[in-house]
Amino acid sequence: MTNDATEMNLAPDHSHPAIPEDLDLGPVEITVDKLNLWYGEAQALKDIDMQIADRKVTAFIGPSGCGKSTLLRCFNRMNDLIDSCRVDGSIRLNGKDINANTVDVAELRREVGMVFQKPNPFPKSIYENVAYGLRIQGVNKRRELDETVEWALKGAALWDEVKDRLHTPAFGLSGGQQQRLVIARAIAVQPEVILLDEPCSALDPISTLKVEELINELKKDYTIIIVTHNMQQAARVSDFTAFMYLGELIEFGETDQVFTRPRIKQTEDYITGRYG
Amino acid sequence: MKNFKKWVATGAPWIWLNAAAVTACLLLVVGLLSLIAWRGLGHFWPASIQEWIVQTETGEQVTLAGQLRETETIPAERLREAGVDLPPELVEVDRTLLKVGNRDVTGQDFRWVLEPFVLERSEPRSLFLLERDEWGAFIGRLVGIKEDGTAVRADDINSEFEQRLARAESLRAEIHDLERGEIGKINYRLERLRLAQRKLELKGDNDPKARAEIAREREGLEAEYRALEERLIDFDRQIGRDSVVMRTANGEERDLPLATILHAYQPNAMGLGSKMVHYLGKVWEFLSEEPREANTEGGIFPAIFGTILMVLLMSVVVTPFGVIAAVYLKEYATQGLLTRSIRVAVNNLAGVPSIVYGVFGLGFFVYTIGSSLDELFFESALPAPTFGTGGLFWASLTLALMTLPVVIVSTEEGLARIPRAIREGSLALGATKWETLWRTILPMASPAIMTGMILAIARAAGEVAPLMLVGVVKLAPSLPLDGNAPFLHLERKFMHLGFHIYDVGFQSPNVEAARPLVYATALLLVIVTILLNIVAITVRNRLREKYRGLET
Repeated sequence: MTNDATEMNLAPDHSHPAIPEDLDLGPVEITVDKLNLWYGEAQALKDIDMQIADRKVTAFIGPSGCGKSTLLRCFNRMNDLIDSCRVDGSIRLNGKDINANTVDVAELRREVGMVFQKPNPFPKSIYENVAYGLRIQGVNKRRELDETVEWALKGAALWDEVKDRLHTPAFGLSGGQQQRLVIARAIAVQPEVILLDEPCSALDPISTLKVEELINELKKDYTIIIVTHNMQQAARVSDFTAFMYLGELIEFGETDQVFTRPRIKQTEDYITGRYG
Repeated sequence: MKNFKKWVATGAPWIWLNAAAVTACLLLVVGLLSLIAWRGLGHFWPASIQEWIVQTETGEQVTLAGQLRETETIPAERLREAGVDLPPELVEVDRTLLKVGNRDVTGQDFRWVLEPFVLERSEPRSLFLLERDEWGAFIGRLVGIKEDGTAVRADDINSEFEQRLARAESLRAEIHDLERGEIGKINYRLERLRLAQRKLELKGDNDPKARAEIAREREGLEAEYRALEERLIDFDRQIGRDSVVMRTANGEERDLPLATILHAYQPNAMGLGSKMVHYLGKVWEFLSEEPREANTEGGIFPAIFGTILMVLLMSVVVTPFGVIAAVYLKEYATQGLLTRSIRVAVNNLAGVPSIVYGVFGLGFFVYTIGSSLDELFFESALPAPTFGTGGLFWASLTLALMTLPVVIVSTEEGLARIPRAIREGSLALGATKWETLWRTILPMASPAIMTGMILAIARAAGEVAPLMLVGVVKLAPSLPLDGNAPFLHLERKFMHLGFHIYDVGFQSPNVEAARPLVYATALLLVIVTILLNIVAITVRNRLREKYRGLET
């Protein structure tokens, strides 16, 4: 990241506001206000202000190390796991500050589900993977579990492929199936927001296509935030796009606008492949 | 030269070196095991009995009958210095060790015989070998049978002997059952009553009703005991009825009560088949029976049992402790200087000599905790200690302490190997850290925990030094597991294969008789350790299979 910056000799461009004043998000799910984040001494996020639209897909793009994954992990407080991490500013989910001391982190993570870069099913059966979150919540009734597992697997477009082998190990699935299983696992606890951290980077093109179709389906019911390195993917699946660079939000707007008429030079350079 | 360099560069010499090292290790292991197996297992073979006429130093001729044990060659010079008269042309002399038995007759049951003095050799079929419950084996010929002191006339003296021996054997089994079973039970209950009464006295409780209750119960038990005792006396009389007259090779005659004879056989008259049957019977006896005659005869079942039970108890104690400690160190403790030093300390504990643990176990577990337990809960038995002396529980605890570092280290390694993605996946679903640990991380780390257990078992099963201080004895009166409630008697002393080897090999009054048993016991200890390990490894492989695919 630092190398890129010195080679290109490009500091973040502040000539225009990151967010156009006339941007219409519709109902807002998450509001980020003056968010700063440090890993020890190094500041990874600087004064992020943005809003995430309800039941829309928001994509975060930017070069490696720009802080997009860090920002994503702020939404379900995954950064808590890193001892040296310090956050300031506020993130409000439906008006509640998720960084408040009174917030039950486990409860928050049930509302904000997450899917990681590499498929990470548990070493259990397909069924138990999907039922995991429910069992954590104390649901043990067979019928309720059965129903939810079926519903979640259907929601993740995986049901038809696995319905005959629900009780076989999840590791027997292909990478793409595993990633959809992980998505099914996330929606089984019925979150409001799903965070996708480069969900297709380990998948082949056909699996990627399936996951993208799934994202299109899921946005009817869930607010989705996706981090991706794949510009075409961001253009294909998202409604809004945020371009980040060196820990700052450079440009945020409707995806069409960002990709076709970027207002800021750095965004244009990045999406046209001139650096990053 | 260039070719040599090229050859070195291909890495071929390196491969040869590796292969050679592995071969050397394998040869050592195989050699060790075969030596132990050969020496140990050969002991049970019914070797033929040689009858030799030997000239003694004083010029007399004696007849010796015995089994060949070993032959060695020694310089004749040494014998001449010792005053043996040898022909001058001899440089080296072979000498043979004969197991002649008859310790009660001749005072020694092993004899070295110099080959040049052997005048005549034969293998008469009529020679008997009797295994007795004391004085070791008797080797000689059967000349008569007596019933209540008077000689019995029989056409076939051998089959008459066989029949009467079978009768004595069944009587002996009944006596054993009676003593160990019913009489043992009554003794146990009487002892419990005595303790109950003592407890009342200590409490200063003069409740006449309770006392009367105890007295009544005791009377009942004593009446039962008297009835059993009468039966026992009757059995003793019956079994004492017969005796045999045996003549040693040298012509002395002895009356031997059948009650003292355990087995009788004529090895020179046995074919290969019956020798095999006899051999297997002896091996089974070795595995399943209790030791006799200061552990130089009989079996070692109590030692096998004690070893396995102690290792199992140790595993039950060490695993939860080790896992909990490792989880704290790895998952909860702040990874700072303190945690690092604790980890170093734990790792170093694995290198502390085991005898140190033994001393600690004796000082802390036995003398401190054990005596306090006695004062608190077993006051009625004092001054005889219950837990205030070495026993199965303290031995298991001491070994658990000794193997704790191994379990902690391998569990920590297992926890460290769990991919971050799995933890995050669980946390992202709203699981707390505890739920993540319990539902996902620990099951996934279970193969590593099993590895720790395997190492712990391997170390504990072969350990002797600390056990000598905290509860192992050369002969335990009863097994730690029996039919009297509470069935598992943790305070009892127990026998252990490792200690048994030491005791038989180095503390035995009869070294020659004990030596093969050392090998046999050593072989058994190796087998028991291997079996325990195989069980643990099988469990681990199952777990690995279950949580397979972690590497992807």
